Amino acid sequence: MLETLAWIVVGVGLAFDLFGCLGLVRLPDVYNRAQAATKCVTLGTCMMLIGVVLWAFAQPSAPVAMAVKAILCTAFILLTSPVGAHAVVRGAYLSGVPLWDGSVEDAFVDRARAIRDAQTTEGAADREKA
Amino acid sequence: MSTFIEIAFLVLMLGSAMCLYRIGRGPSAPDRTVAIDILGTLVVGFCCLMALWTGQGYYINIAIAWALLSFIGTLALAKYLEGRTYDA
Repeated sequence: MLETLAWIVVGVGLAFDLFGCLGLVRLPDVYNRAQAATKCVTLGTCMMLIGVVLWAFAQPSAPVAMAVKAILCTAFILLTSPVGAHAVVRGAYLSGVPLWDGSVEDAFVDRARAIRDAQTTEGAADREKA
Repeated sequence: MSTFIEIAFLVLMLGSAMCLYRIGRGPSAPDRTVAIDILGTLVVGFCCLMALWTGQGYYINIAIAWALLSFIGTLALAKYLEGRTYDA
């Protein structure tokens, strides 16, 4: 029973992984790709790790160490994967990658301009000092 | 259940091939960085499948280490992208 549930969870996680990668190939610009792929692949891989936990508890030997490590890994991926994607997309915007033509709103444009201005004035002050 | 795991490996390989396509084709550097990040998360999935296939727990250790290193690498690439202008 528990083992069947584990295989079902792993299968659903695999489906999420596959559709996330499909989004990575098919969507039009880097921002769409990053958000689709990151959300789907994070959830899919976490579901596979939870499947490992369920599978471990379904075994007669019940390898608890494996289950605990899988839970740790799930928590770690849930924390770090969105942070990494956010950092990459912020870097993409600040380095000036254009939005897709069909985008309807750009909420970061003023803030990004302020960040760029701050960088350039700091750089100018440093250059004067040197 | 070994048939299921073989099909699961094939699905993950298909996903990895899509990531590699984006790494090779991606028009800008952030596209490639995102694809590398996703590929790192998929490798954690491969480690899960290896753990299920062999029944050995130490593959999960590899998954934890891989997730850590992939995160640090992604952050380093992101900070590198921030101070760099768009050059396709």
